[in-house]
Amino acid sequence: MANLFSNIFKSNKQLSTEQLIAKKTFLSFFVFFMMMGVAVIGWKWLRRQPVESGKTSAPIRKILNTNEEIFDGLVSDKRLTKEYPVSLAANPARVNGNIGLKTVLDSNWAMNVIKANGDTLKIKMDDIKKLPKTEIVFNFKCIEGWSQITHWGGVRFSEFMMAYGLSDEMMMKYLGLRTPDKEYYVGIDMPSAMHPQTLLCYELNDKPLPLNQGFPLRLIIPVKYGVKSLKRIGDMYFSQQRTPDYWADKFGYDYFSGL
Amino acid sequence: MKKIVKKHPLAIRWFHWINFPILGVMIWSGLLIYWANDVYRIGFGDTTMLKFFPDTFYQALNIPSRLSEGMAYHFVFMWLFFLNGIAYVLYTIFSGEWRYLAPEKKSFKEAWYVLLHDLHVRKTKPAITGKYNAAQRIAYSAIIVMGIGSILTGLAIYKPVQLGWLCALMGGYKMARILHFALTIGYVLFFLIHVIQVAMAGWNNFRGMITGFEVKKIKDSGDDVKTTNNP
Repeated sequence: MANLFSNIFKSNKQLSTEQLIAKKTFLSFFVFFMMMGVAVIGWKWLRRQPVESGKTSAPIRKILNTNEEIFDGLVSDKRLTKEYPVSLAANPARVNGNIGLKTVLDSNWAMNVIKANGDTLKIKMDDIKKLPKTEIVFNFKCIEGWSQITHWGGVRFSEFMMAYGLSDEMMMKYLGLRTPDKEYYVGIDMPSAMHPQTLLCYELNDKPLPLNQGFPLRLIIPVKYGVKSLKRIGDMYFSQQRTPDYWADKFGYDYFSGL
Repeated sequence: MKKIVKKHPLAIRWFHWINFPILGVMIWSGLLIYWANDVYRIGFGDTTMLKFFPDTFYQALNIPSRLSEGMAYHFVFMWLFFLNGIAYVLYTIFSGEWRYLAPEKKSFKEAWYVLLHDLHVRKTKPAITGKYNAAQRIAYSAIIVMGIGSILTGLAIYKPVQLGWLCALMGGYKMARILHFALTIGYVLFFLIHVIQVAMAGWNNFRGMITGFEVKKIKDSGDDVKTTNNP
């Protein structure tokens, strides 16, 4: 062993083949274990970082935000979710959550649209149904990993915004939605909200939405995971900053959650 | 007398050992994601022979209720997996190392002989052309194809709308998820066989993946008396 140590500092030419094998083996394994140590320390450092929202730490969140910038930039009116024939739509559609739906629905329901200037529009279901109806049959994708072809009807979010003259609001960066009881809320970037397949939805399989699917009005946003398709819209508002998001804020899910 | 024979270039050793922990993190975070919708099984009709995965498995590895954490780590480490894989493939192409890895015409037949030999059915030692035997050439090339498959199916389920063409190419959203999962099972099986083979091949071969060289015993005349069979 002492020989090996002194041999490390000798030039290869001075060494016999046996000594050279021992020297090279020792040095290689030394570097190998050093790098393993670096990897373990790096991993432990990453796991030790304080968590911000839910379960993600700052370094992880930074990279996820970069991912968002890369893939958010791809969202365009021309890239559409694949649509399917109505015959393939599931009936009944899967129900997967009731956060925000636990209180009794107010019989006088109206959607509050809080404008940029602070005014609030109260919009009734009858008014929304006067706008042109759009239907979509697409593969609804849950963040859990399941997906299901479903058939929805409603008014395009972009057409709703035009119809109510919300052009200042359209220019803002983020849309916020929350349920009447404020228990569930989502934040959505405006380009995704204005995507032509995003609906303020009031029909499922040609019938009014069931209560557990968000009656009377919900969001359907095919360019994102289902967590963003909020059921039973109470308030709609706009912001230049990220609007609160239930799953992102509480549990560390990706804010963008784009597909 | 002993002789030092160069085997694995430094770059390949780095790519190999970097890939090992990264793939580990990808499989672990993938499990955290898969748990949230763990619908795959092997069976026929209503009979399930193997469920992916039993609850005891999840409990033992502390998998349940960590979906958001799994997604976060998966979508961070995917970059390292991708970059290391690309670097490896480019290196093998430009260094000419691919010649040792690509299967030859005869490899597909000879791989059977390797299998029979390793199972102690056939006595004749399989031929090594270059650095690897026929079965190794097939396995090490297949693992690259699998890596590319994981990236493509992964992207298809990560961005099925923005990369809709890719999602369709991978057989649709559900099929892409199945393939992505099956490839991972493939890595685990590859890993198990790989480790067993390395253990069987012995120290000289294993050391080669760290030092880059193997030691061969030669007679004074210089003829090889012993060559090693290696995974």
